Amino acid sequence: MANFFTDNADLKFTLENLDLSPICRMIEDDFKFAETFDTAPRDFADALDNYRRALEVVGGIAGDNIAPRADVVDKTGAQFADGKVTYHPYTLQNLEDLTKAGVMGVMLPHKFGGLNFPVTVYTMMTEMVSRADASLQNIFGLQDIAETINLFGNDEQKEKYLPDFAKGLLDGAMDLTEPDFGSDLQSVRLRAWQDENGQWYLNGMKRFITNGCAQVHLVLARSEEGTTDGRGLSMFICEKCPQLVVRRIEDKLGIHGVATCELQFNDVPAQLCGKRRLGLIRYVMSLMNGARVAISAQAVGIAEAAFRAARKYAAEREQFKKSIDQFPAIYSMLSAMKVKVTAARALLYETTRVVDLRSTYGHLCENGIPAEEDRAAQKYYTKLAALLTPMCKALATESANQVAYDAIQVHGGTGYMRDFEAERYYRDARITNIYEGTTQLQVVAAIGGVMQRDLDKRIGELAAIELPDDLKIYRDKVMAMHAKQLEAVRFVAERKDSEYHDLVARALVEMETMIFVSLLLLRDAAKDAGRRAIAVRYVLDAEYDFGARYARVVSGDTALIQNRSEIIGY
Amino acid sequence: MSQRILVFVKQVPDTQNISGDAMTPEGTVNRAALPAIFNPEDLNALELALQLKERYGAEIIVATMGMPAAAEVLRQSLYRGADKAVLITDRALAGADTLATSYTLSCCVKAVGDVDLVLCGRQAIDGDTAQVGPQISEKLKWPQLCYVEEVRELTSSSITVRRSIEGGYEVLSSPLPALLTVVDANEPRPVNVKRMMKYKRAAVKSELVKLFPETADAEAEKLAAQSLLIEERNAASINAEPDRIGFPGSPTKVKQVMSVVLTAGEVKQIPPTDEGISLLIHELISDHTLG
Repeated sequence: MANFFTDNADLKFTLENLDLSPICRMIEDDFKFAETFDTAPRDFADALDNYRRALEVVGGIAGDNIAPRADVVDKTGAQFADGKVTYHPYTLQNLEDLTKAGVMGVMLPHKFGGLNFPVTVYTMMTEMVSRADASLQNIFGLQDIAETINLFGNDEQKEKYLPDFAKGLLDGAMDLTEPDFGSDLQSVRLRAWQDENGQWYLNGMKRFITNGCAQVHLVLARSEEGTTDGRGLSMFICEKCPQLVVRRIEDKLGIHGVATCELQFNDVPAQLCGKRRLGLIRYVMSLMNGARVAISAQAVGIAEAAFRAARKYAAEREQFKKSIDQFPAIYSMLSAMKVKVTAARALLYETTRVVDLRSTYGHLCENGIPAEEDRAAQKYYTKLAALLTPMCKALATESANQVAYDAIQVHGGTGYMRDFEAERYYRDARITNIYEGTTQLQVVAAIGGVMQRDLDKRIGELAAIELPDDLKIYRDKVMAMHAKQLEAVRFVAERKDSEYHDLVARALVEMETMIFVSLLLLRDAAKDAGRRAIAVRYVLDAEYDFGARYARVVSGDTALIQNRSEIIGY
Repeated sequence: MSQRILVFVKQVPDTQNISGDAMTPEGTVNRAALPAIFNPEDLNALELALQLKERYGAEIIVATMGMPAAAEVLRQSLYRGADKAVLITDRALAGADTLATSYTLSCCVKAVGDVDLVLCGRQAIDGDTAQVGPQISEKLKWPQLCYVEEVRELTSSSITVRRSIEGGYEVLSSPLPALLTVVDANEPRPVNVKRMMKYKRAAVKSELVKLFPETADAEAEKLAAQSLLIEERNAASINAEPDRIGFPGSPTKVKQVMSVVLTAGEVKQIPPTDEGISLLIHELISDHTLG
């Protein structure tokens, strides 16, 4: 009997301490939904109890059902024959278990049969599912598609699809990438055309489509003939049909359980979702940001699993008459892994909290007459979410790779063998810092906010939290880093050299991340003495890592811009 | 066709997580020290009932006999899809052995009325007798199908099942009404979160009395209005005869229950000297291992 929620002290702490009450009050319409829906909570305590119970249910399914099946799913994978994708029977069983548990429409509103939970709680579920089987998260995590229809579709589309999504009868795919355009989505070519009756049809190719065999697709397509940029793109909904052909599925390094498809659209009938021309700039950006949070959770889940496998192995494996976790070389690795997982999780749920606040204030502003401060809050959280989401994805997915890498290292030769789970975690982690935007693109998305100092208000709030005396010196260290960060940002801004700016962008984003995560961990350590050692370790390590990056940024070393071809081309 | 299926379930101490204080000094189970769980094979029985409901349509009533706290397994059943729940609770039922228990449950079947099928788990992990199911059918004079793995067919008047036997299986048909005991041959479904969000408020009257001593009646009315008041019955309301229930109705007399708990004791190092050996012998004699 394994439960991936109850066995995870960090996750439980996060749920209880994140203060979801303002978010909850808003999404439950001041708890007025309780008058209409017998599943709606009556107050925040009631809602928190629902969240806790739901997480326990999903944690149980993840631990008892999904995790034991993951190895077989990985080794067999999704199959493709005669134009048809077949998922492993265990994958289907996993989905059935989750469907029976009623968690396929976690964020959908009560009126469509959903649970109406905040994205924070849904993300905790995706984290646990990923810890059990990362590839399953790619299907379970596609609830963002229903959420996108809920946000941007018309009433007819919502009525048509959302109740069936909530019941687990429908699954989705988001069809963005094309053979020639991945990161550069504004150049997407798949053509949308209208016949004389106004019916839309889609024509072209899509590639690397996760769960491309889904029943419902959100497709980014060029609806405005003659355009070449993002403003000529619209979002469409289409259904699985004979004109939508799965040409093949990819043979991947990891996440074998889910099919990654190449799709051919042969005049597939489609409906416009939302307004024309807003496909990429509004809807897909929103969908992508949701997906980036989901992938961050996938990464944290894999990292958690990899860390636990390494910790267990190191405690059991004896060499030189001692378990290997007694050796500094190993326990330093294990503690670094644990600190990374905790840091990534802290940033992840701070991010989801902000995303939830953005969505709830956004909803408030779009439906009804918002007060001035609501509008200001919406603007503020939108800006914050736009920075935290890529920052979080970069940190969580890069950390997951490092943790999974070290998990194999702790296992030694055994970890290289396919008999142990460590190598699966390593392979599964590898995609997380690539898809939904590589780390390099997350840096592009985040650097503007770092240069504009979008986090400074939140940093100020976190720095003002009352800390026990023994933690204050660590906050001083963080604030010293913050002062240096302001200096580094000024240095780069004043140079007005866009290539140098891009060259040091990653370092600057990472430095900002270290400051922010340090403060989050100190905040948590103030609430629970058991978390102090982790927080202190993080701050001390960050100090070194920050220092090295700071030195490089303010060195003004531009040699690489000039001599890169000498180096690369030698 | 819609059958009325009654599933008997039991709240049991989790015998998988036994610790040193699992038994009281008096030799009874120390329920406080063990978490209470849904008897595993009763979950299989409930799962089978829910599958029958999905295949043929049926009304699923879940019942248990126990303390008011046992209402938790009824709620757990409602979370999974049961339509209705009944708690049989009465101080007079305390101390029941399998004879008195099966008599009480057979009275419950009659009191619920119009039951086509009774499903029980094969056995409970606390007593491990596997007697209660068969004894209920004896008292009802119904056919019993034990060790059932799956239902092959259900019609308005008969049922065909596959049941496990030593070295294989057999397929049996029986007229209805009938009683089935179910083995661990299906995978019980998880709790449905939406149903849980609704039915977590469901309670029996006795629980309300404990929670709201002053306003229990009003609270019960409120729950009843939302169909969340779990039916509670006592011995009299299921027409059980007082001398056939509880302690008086139980011919089983427990002479002694021994608590056998294997624990790792302290490690004692004995030096390999004459003195050490003498010390060891002395100790073994004094705790009656030797002599």
